Amino acid sequence: MTDPLLKLSHLNKSFGALKATDDVSLTLVRGEIHALIGPNGAGKSTLIKQIAGGLRSDSGTVEFAGRDVTHLGTVPRARAGLGRTFQISSLAMEYTVLQNTVLGALGHDGGVMRFFRPVMKDRALVDRGMAALERVGLADQAAKRTADLSHGQRRLLEVAVALTLEPKVFLMDEPMAGLGASGSKRLTGFLDALRAQAPILLVEHDMDAVFALADRISVLVYGQVIATGTADEIKRDPTVREAYLGAEDAV
Amino acid sequence: MTRETLLNIVLFAILPTTALVAFALDEPFIITLATKAAILALAGVGLNIALGLGGLVSFGHAAFFGLGGYAMGILASHAQSYTPLMETPFLIEGTKSMLVIWGVAIVASALAALAIGALSLRTTGVYFIMITLAFGQMLYYFAISWPAYGGEDGLSIYVRNDFPGLNTLDPIQFFAIAFGILAIVLFGAGRLAKARFGLALSAARQNAERVETVGLTPFRLRLVAFVISGAVTGLAGALFADLNRFVSPTMFSWHTSGEIMVFVILGGVGRLFGPVAGAALYILLEHTLGGLSEFWHVYLGLLLLLVVLFARGGLIGTIAGREVAHD
Repeated sequence: MTDPLLKLSHLNKSFGALKATDDVSLTLVRGEIHALIGPNGAGKSTLIKQIAGGLRSDSGTVEFAGRDVTHLGTVPRARAGLGRTFQISSLAMEYTVLQNTVLGALGHDGGVMRFFRPVMKDRALVDRGMAALERVGLADQAAKRTADLSHGQRRLLEVAVALTLEPKVFLMDEPMAGLGASGSKRLTGFLDALRAQAPILLVEHDMDAVFALADRISVLVYGQVIATGTADEIKRDPTVREAYLGAEDAV
Repeated sequence: MTRETLLNIVLFAILPTTALVAFALDEPFIITLATKAAILALAGVGLNIALGLGGLVSFGHAAFFGLGGYAMGILASHAQSYTPLMETPFLIEGTKSMLVIWGVAIVASALAALAIGALSLRTTGVYFIMITLAFGQMLYYFAISWPAYGGEDGLSIYVRNDFPGLNTLDPIQFFAIAFGILAIVLFGAGRLAKARFGLALSAARQNAERVETVGLTPFRLRLVAFVISGAVTGLAGALFADLNRFVSPTMFSWHTSGEIMVFVILGGVGRLFGPVAGAALYILLEHTLGGLSEFWHVYLGLLLLLVVLFARGGLIGTIAGREVAHD
């Protein structure tokens, strides 16, 4: 096995007396989808923020592509190749769909201090933005205002913007939320193929998707990783069943 | 051609048409009004880069307008009295050359914007408004208490400064200079808004988190926008001082900041030609309503209220509708 691209070691984060992240260690290796599941309030969103750089950890380290990024902010982590999608769509709503992906391509390209040439006539950027939209199936919506997209389409646009960054690692916070059955199925197929391009740390509530996709699953409860393993191992794990999946045998 | 493009062409033509008709009818006062509108529009175009594109509600743009004004006043007053600005460590003389004065005004206000921006842009929302206001007022009181350049009374410059090949005291020729600059800056601001920088800056206004996630730093984008914005407003200040042949601390006062903001809001925040529409309308109201009543600001206030309540896109938004997609 190759060195992990993303490695969290003993991360902690407290808000007052609440331990939101409690000694979390996990890794993400090339080619895998590592799902992070857990009940509401388990600390998934906090952990995502600690990984993405929006929230400083109290202790522990975040290593990314062999480099310690614990003390870096969101921007340098993004530049280092962390492609994040948000749980609640975080897009430039006044822009067209294509402008959002072009913004992503621009972020990846750098060179933002250019004041004269129209960016939407910059073939290289527009082509990259368009290609990302095609991959998630939003190409026909390119000229639409982002605010006019449906909730599910915004989720896909989040993924498309992350694609334009050509990241080394995807960090996806509930990409399936609000997609509906067919949409969720299509995105599952897409993510399945995407892992070859870059590994995905996937936070997801849709258990069908998680069990279909994940090479490994980590279960987060009260800020602690109580188990890590394959889908089958997790399904069989008695502590997981008790703490999370519940007695009703939902799975 | 979209409705906004058509409207922009009309707006662009209004000032020179007014000036030329006034020239034909031999009404120099009207030409001066058109010149004033062009210069105030320029100040508004500057503010609009920060306010409209960047979402930075600066209530201190009078600082840059005033610095531009005083750059002109100080340089020209020294040239007028044949005294050097300073002798040690090296000699700096005053000047009556507009081109040099503009350069100094742009550099001075850009540097001020860099310093003010670097501090104020660490705050957002109401704190940003307050801190920019505070910087503006600081310069205002400084100008009042600095007797070397007239203090509270301001500075009079007897003859308008020189521009190669033109007689700047001729109203129509000075109008041509002011309008020429406005046209150039409008072109540049239009390009900037559609360029890479504009895309990223406007995205940072809509959603800073999104911009960070793609690896761009909102603070840097905003600081650069603030500097460009301040420099343009500073240039407008130098022209305004030349128009009046007079500089006073009023240029630094928060009323001035408010007025520049009114041009932008009346015309349409973030619209390229918004400040042109706003400044032209302002001057028009000032000289029609102002003739009827000393208290014409009441009507201006009423109009502003209506615009903010019912026409968020300002004049341009009302006529041309929502801004359209990319082209």
